[in-house]
Amino acid sequence: MSAQVDTTGAAAEDRVAVASNWRLVWWRFRRHHLAMASAVFLIVLYIVVLLPDFFATQDPERTDARQAFIPVQMIHLFDDGALAPWVPAIVGKRNPVTLRMEWQIDPSRKVRIHFFAPGPKWRVLGLFETNLHLIAPADPKQRIFLLGSDRLGRDQWSRIMHGTQTSMTVGLVAVALSVILGIVLGGISGYVGGKTDQVIQRLIELLQSVPTIPIWLALSAALPRDWTPIQVFFAITVILSLVGWTTLGREVRGRFLALREEDFVLAARLAGCSRARIILRHMMPTFLSHIIATSSLAIPVMIINETSLSFLGLGIRPPAISLGVLLQEAQNIQTLALAPWLLIPGLVVIVSVLAFNLVGDGLRDAADPYSQ
Amino acid sequence: MIRFILQRLALLPLLMVIYSFVIFAIMQAPPGDFLTAYVATLASSGSSISADQIQALRHDYGLDQPFIVQYGLWMKSLLQGNMGLSLEYQRPNVDLIGEQLGLTIALALFSFVLTWAIAVPAGIYSATHPRSIVDHALTVINYVGVATPNFMLALILMWVAFAYFDVSITGLYSPEFVDAPWSIARVLDLLAHIWLPAIVLGIAGTARLSRIMRANLLDELNKPYVVTARAKGMKEWRLVLRYPVRLAFNPLVSTIGWYLPALFSGSLIVATVMNLPNIGPLLLRALINQDMYLAGGILLIYSFLTILGTLLSDVLLALIDPRIRVEN
Amino acid sequence: MSQSAAAPLLSVRNLRVSFALDDGVVRAVDGTSFDVMPGQVLGIVGESGCGKSVTMKAILQLIDRPGRITHGEILFRREGSEVIDLARLPPRGPALREIRGGEIALIPQEPMASFSPVHTVGDQIVEAILLHAHRWHADGRRISRREAREITIGLFRDVGISMPEQRIDAYSWQLSGGLRQRAMIAMALSCRPRLLIADEPTTAIDVTTQAQVLALLHDLKDRYNTAIIFITHDLGVIAQMASYVVVMYLGRVMEQGPVDDIFHAPRHPYTQALLRSMPGLHGRTRVPLPVITGALPHPFNRPLGCPFHPRCPDVMAQCSAATPSLEPVGVEQLASCFLHSDKVDAS
Repeated sequence: MSAQVDTTGAAAEDRVAVASNWRLVWWRFRRHHLAMASAVFLIVLYIVVLLPDFFATQDPERTDARQAFIPVQMIHLFDDGALAPWVPAIVGKRNPVTLRMEWQIDPSRKVRIHFFAPGPKWRVLGLFETNLHLIAPADPKQRIFLLGSDRLGRDQWSRIMHGTQTSMTVGLVAVALSVILGIVLGGISGYVGGKTDQVIQRLIELLQSVPTIPIWLALSAALPRDWTPIQVFFAITVILSLVGWTTLGREVRGRFLALREEDFVLAARLAGCSRARIILRHMMPTFLSHIIATSSLAIPVMIINETSLSFLGLGIRPPAISLGVLLQEAQNIQTLALAPWLLIPGLVVIVSVLAFNLVGDGLRDAADPYSQ
Repeated sequence: MIRFILQRLALLPLLMVIYSFVIFAIMQAPPGDFLTAYVATLASSGSSISADQIQALRHDYGLDQPFIVQYGLWMKSLLQGNMGLSLEYQRPNVDLIGEQLGLTIALALFSFVLTWAIAVPAGIYSATHPRSIVDHALTVINYVGVATPNFMLALILMWVAFAYFDVSITGLYSPEFVDAPWSIARVLDLLAHIWLPAIVLGIAGTARLSRIMRANLLDELNKPYVVTARAKGMKEWRLVLRYPVRLAFNPLVSTIGWYLPALFSGSLIVATVMNLPNIGPLLLRALINQDMYLAGGILLIYSFLTILGTLLSDVLLALIDPRIRVEN
Repeated sequence: MSQSAAAPLLSVRNLRVSFALDDGVVRAVDGTSFDVMPGQVLGIVGESGCGKSVTMKAILQLIDRPGRITHGEILFRREGSEVIDLARLPPRGPALREIRGGEIALIPQEPMASFSPVHTVGDQIVEAILLHAHRWHADGRRISRREAREITIGLFRDVGISMPEQRIDAYSWQLSGGLRQRAMIAMALSCRPRLLIADEPTTAIDVTTQAQVLALLHDLKDRYNTAIIFITHDLGVIAQMASYVVVMYLGRVMEQGPVDDIFHAPRHPYTQALLRSMPGLHGRTRVPLPVITGALPHPFNRPLGCPFHPRCPDVMAQCSAATPSLEPVGVEQLASCFLHSDKVDAS
């Protein structure tokens, strides 16, 4: 009995002893259930980012003033106990006093919908054409508004799919740029030292004492009005990452400074390793996991920043769609009282930022496998 | 210590010159100028203005001068203390900004005090009662607080107040006090209104700060000096407040350096959404209309407040941490 | 006098401490018993991780969560020769706070980190004195802050800190390792405790200072007649300091006895192995030092029976089946080994 206990215990110890760093990180990350759930959510989110049209039920730009402010049409999966998905129909009545259309859910009339059914044509990653959609109305001429419509009668569900694509991509690209800038400049600063270090340090200090939001606003206001949405998109991304890299730059520099004095770096140098090899093979792996964790915590900050800028009208501009652009529709409180579902894009922002933060925290805790 | 503060103060003018130059360059960067934007606005409202008139105005405002001359003119007006003339409002910028600056700073400081008053006790409680129900609840609130953009929270609160309680929570005063002269009643009215925007502005910071406090204090509670103090026979709560909390405060004080500036510039968004008297919405309008001296002046004030915040945190940190004080 | 000399100051009976971790329960101390006589220096030796420090922390109930005393008694004879069980006192209650620092003081392992870096050392020692302010005057008058400061300066002089008037206002990081440890000893002695627990007080400092600190402790013991529990993994230090020795392994006492008996007539295979692995001044050079075979088992995988049996050179069949109890093997010497007694520890 005791021998058995011994061997299993020893086996567990051996397993830990020979596991690679990444494996240890993964084992520890797996133990954070919330972080794991969030990671799954983020994967789904980025599938939406890749294929927004597959999830959209309509063209996000299709307007119809007669179908403004249609409320949320909830999906029902079962009809009379059988699997037959439907959404309730909408009936409009003009208010005789305000002369406004007022919509009412009519659950007695059911609009049939299908999953994985044909709808409007779209291109998969710009490669080939298909008409497959996750959800489509059985009658192709029928419009359905899963999350209601806005003041121009555009379908919010489809717009959120496209807005998610923009906002999540801005966050990811801006962080990628920050990481590259941060690693390169921070690495140079820490490894080369001397005057170069001084210059980069002063630059970081200068950038960090910049009032971020006003300067972002000023920079975005400086973008030419006639730029295409793509150009604006990249400009906003660059603007966001201009300040974002400094934190990471400092961190990388600190690590390099500390590692430069470590024995294993000295050993590598004495063994005749080239500079590049010392940096890439010996120094980088020791803090790479840490950088990944830090970056994953930077993405939500970027998403919030993009949303705020766009909301104020100085970020991504229509006709491009981002979650911030969608929230501009919710700026007016009277409108909001009439159509509270216009806040749903904000909910998407909150939930995805939450998920990023949870994953980031889980990664950060897991990134240091030897801490316990 | 005094030398350290003086050194930092001596750097301030230099930094301001660098900032003013960069800001002016950004202001100049958009194609066209105030008059192009002005003509566009006029055109959209149906009226027009002759090319000669525009040329004359452009000459009057000095907008036809080269960049460096315009910068010089601006610097001159800054040094004279009037910060130039707002092209849109045709009033000295210093007046326009001055009207809003006091309340901008008041809102940020109020929010700051509120943040610390909530975050510090919450962080201490969480760290001394880890994994308790309250700790878990605070963690949830913190995560949601950090994840909610300021303007979203403002929108939600305004919507709930309007749709369900039929009250408007915009502005900093009740209608009867908006244009009233300062009086005790007006101050009380201000206090009755300012806390909501202050909470909206400070919620993310409160969440972050209480998490920082919790993490720091948890670290400090495991330090050997806590065992030493306990072995002396100290009461537990007194021990926690006197030693680990005191040490966990140091990193918290260093957050002032980024947090105070973040409040100043973050108030821009909250003020825009909640329609508060604040230099933020003024900046937004000036940026859109290319009223560049006004926008430049406001940006310069933001920069100044930011540097001041950083300076304040450095000085405070030196005051409370003997390790830094002695080194300097 | 003769009666109180025979009665132990502190008597630890069958103490068990376990830590409930996420991955399982670690039994850090597993049935430890020993006595400390008034004015005696008791040495506790063992490899790192054998539960020495946990035992000491348990005496003052300073074990951090998730650790817990699960069993046993810690009987302490108070000043009025009333005996109380420290293990039964509420860890945050006034009775235990009175004893901590007042009657039992602790010299912690790391002098570097054991002072708060943002308070002066004097400030922290004065605080210790003021916490037990009513102990100083016979009429129960509380001591003033000024008096406490005077006492601290006197203590600094006693422990050999030069320029005590200046050093009292220094921060711990401004002092050298040796001075820091002296200041720590001054704090521990500040309230004239009757028992001093010194947890590897010399591990973190260099050899020369180490010798000075040991001499200081020896001197102070003679002067104040303080009993000392001295924890170390350094057998040489034990030989120099202690009059009675307890040898621990994996949270259990393997052998205990007067220092001469332990060093010259060890009866337990673990003690013998420990002594063999110590380099001697007169031993033969150029031969490999004998080591104890095997490694300390993982805390989750405690061997059943005698904890030492997997590494023991004299292991027998019964060693893995049952745990031997601590039985006399000499005049004052006890060992827990089936080589000497067949008695089984049933608890």
